[in-house]
Amino acid sequence: MSNKLSKIEKRTAYILTLPAVCLVFAIILFPIFANVWISFKEVGLKDIRIPEPRAKKIVKSISEEPAKIKILYKLRNSSLIQEIRNISFVDKFPKNTKPIDLDERCIFKVNKIRCNFGNWQAKYRENFEIILKSTDGKKIEKKEVKSFKPKLNGKSDNILLSTNFTLKNFKKVLFENEFFDLLSTTFYYTFFGTVGSIIFGVLAAQMVNQKFFGRTFMRSILLFPYVGPVVALAYTWELLLDPNSGTLNSLLINFQIIENPINLLGQKYITFNFFGFDLKLRLALTTVIFFEIWRYFPLAFLFILARLQAVPKELYESADVDGAGPIQKFINITLPQITAVISILFMIRFIWNFNKFEDVFLLTGGASGTRTLPINVYQQGFAISDIGMGSAVSIVIVILLLIFMYFYFHLIGKKANES
Amino acid sequence: MKVKNIIIYCIVSSLFLFSLVSIWKILSTLQGLEVKNFNFSLIFLIGFIISLSYLILGNKINNKIKSIFFSLAFTFLDSYLIQSLPMWYSIGIFLIVYFFTSKIQKYSKEYLNQEYSSQIVLFDFLTLFGIVLFSFVILFPFYMMLVTSFKTQIALLVNPLDFSINFNQDMKELFKSYFVIFKTYKFGKFILTSSIVSIGTVIITLIFAIPAAYAVARLNFFGKTFLSTSILIIYMFPAIVLVIPLYTVFSQLGLRNSIEGLLIVYTATTLPVAIYMLQGYFKSIPKELEEAAILDRQNWFGIIFKIIIPLSVPAISSVALYVFMIAWNEFLFSLMFLDNPNSFTLSRAIQYLSGDAETPRQYLMAGSVIVTLPVLLIFVYFEKYLVSGLTAGSVKG
Repeated sequence: MSNKLSKIEKRTAYILTLPAVCLVFAIILFPIFANVWISFKEVGLKDIRIPEPRAKKIVKSISEEPAKIKILYKLRNSSLIQEIRNISFVDKFPKNTKPIDLDERCIFKVNKIRCNFGNWQAKYRENFEIILKSTDGKKIEKKEVKSFKPKLNGKSDNILLSTNFTLKNFKKVLFENEFFDLLSTTFYYTFFGTVGSIIFGVLAAQMVNQKFFGRTFMRSILLFPYVGPVVALAYTWELLLDPNSGTLNSLLINFQIIENPINLLGQKYITFNFFGFDLKLRLALTTVIFFEIWRYFPLAFLFILARLQAVPKELYESADVDGAGPIQKFINITLPQITAVISILFMIRFIWNFNKFEDVFLLTGGASGTRTLPINVYQQGFAISDIGMGSAVSIVIVILLLIFMYFYFHLIGKKANES
Repeated sequence: MKVKNIIIYCIVSSLFLFSLVSIWKILSTLQGLEVKNFNFSLIFLIGFIISLSYLILGNKINNKIKSIFFSLAFTFLDSYLIQSLPMWYSIGIFLIVYFFTSKIQKYSKEYLNQEYSSQIVLFDFLTLFGIVLFSFVILFPFYMMLVTSFKTQIALLVNPLDFSINFNQDMKELFKSYFVIFKTYKFGKFILTSSIVSIGTVIITLIFAIPAAYAVARLNFFGKTFLSTSILIIYMFPAIVLVIPLYTVFSQLGLRNSIEGLLIVYTATTLPVAIYMLQGYFKSIPKELEEAAILDRQNWFGIIFKIIIPLSVPAISSVALYVFMIAWNEFLFSLMFLDNPNSFTLSRAIQYLSGDAETPRQYLMAGSVIVTLPVLLIFVYFEKYLVSGLTAGSVKG
């Protein structure tokens, strides 16, 4: 009895989970493997359209003879590069009509015409004409003839499914495209974005953890940048930082802090003098990092605040008895309590910032030294239209990601063992 | 020891006063006032004097009288320095100084004699400063977005600092940008598409996630642990590595430029977190309830519908809100899959608008307000639910 029950239980479990599992596998896991396949191929954006035989049907009445009608099919191969083979053509005619002088490639049988057009080269075009005659001498209605749509079918090679592989994409990615520069930009962006958002998160959490008027209100405001749509926020920032009529530059000029407007998003480097040293800072990248911090510190804040509120009050009370000051309390009580959260946050945010696409794309589009790996996927795949290259960059990302994840789960496993 | 504390207290408090006054000056500048200087040294000095005199005076004079006196003195000095300022600016300055003096009342000579009092003072003011600064930095872009959508192109170019809205003009003039984007750019359609996609994603995700989460939480089957760990790992894979294969497959299947395509992708990307959140909650429901239902000869679907769903309304609503937010804000897939304006979502439409350099910025901002407002309203109204969703799903984003 129990055996039977457990069998039913298993079967139900599979039925319940199957739809979700299938969908996730199809949309998330399959593409990751498909990337591997595509990355070893030379595929452009234009290659992925399947070549189709097409026909445009034009019906013309012949003025002197209402019992006859002319049909013109404009046939073509939709692809500019690929051949289509064994093209079959089917169309229907109204009842009591018959084609005259039928092309030898076609057969007419009970209102239906079937043709075999053989193979079409790329860019193939042909005007195919049929003259239809009514068998009972009545007028052929143009509308009736038009109402049938011709059907075409043909075979073509799908470049994606062929088995020609090449290492060219990976060679290009790793050796030709300033790979090191790309990688360092990505790491710079990821590291400082992550650290910055965690620092501001700690500060904000420490602040909201005090008692003050309007504290819950403050907590919701702090989450605004995170819940708002990227598109809206990125464009607002772009306006704010605009060198010509942006508010920030105008304000700085108004208060005589700077003399000339700074193009914060469009300038690659800025040099400034710091105690006699000329420092070179990657300006656009720094600005993008600040946007990143502004948008994602709320998350760190939320996590750390939750942890802070779980710290037992007794710890602070006994510290008060021992006569510890606020700084000592922060270093000796608060920090040790939140290091676990911070390290997990760091790993998660690092992985996610590493893959951030939208923010950089919307702010700079990858220009002026802000080209990160994810931006490169888009640029290779869609701006340069080289799908294979884009996939190769994606593979590089996935490999790096797997390395990070290994460390992440290693760390979590260690933490779990300790506690 | 004592002198050091007093000096630190005076410096910190006057810096705080300076930052408050500066933010007020920035805000007034944006209302069209001509304030050209922060007057750092002067305001710092006055702040220093006020803090010091509070210490010296102690409790001899009534606090309110003291506060009003100092605030008035500061206000008069300030309006003498910067000529021809409207009344509201001075009132603002007065209120700021009044607030400031009421904050420094609690620090007396005796207080500053205590051990660590300089640290406490520092922490107190840093907290106050943080509150002001964080709210300013966070709210300013939202404020700018809203104000810009009510301005005209010429006004924006002539004086980018003028954030004042003329409420005396006709309603039609004031909301012109909104009328234009609805009429000329057909934002009504984009709102509809975005709503259909987001709500559709929520519904489909829940239909798929609730049974799966129930199975993971309650039933024993082969591969259960594998499933629940792989859910989390899959969740970590970013959209950008999925984009190219999905693009090619969707092109060949004709799913690009279709709402169905977006629904499939959004559902798949939000499913892992939805299952993860729901199964955690389902585990907390007492098993006895289900056992009673099994005795009543209910099948599994009966159990899910009659027991699990009614009991987990809070968890389901937080998943629903979270998924809605993700789908509404999503940009990357809508950028890749939609290139026909007839099937644009709001985010994609705004990006498309900005691609045309001729588009006036107030239209762009009006569009941004339209896409931001629903999310923020939902967030403020359902904060409790959304925050728990955010914490659970926050590995992503």
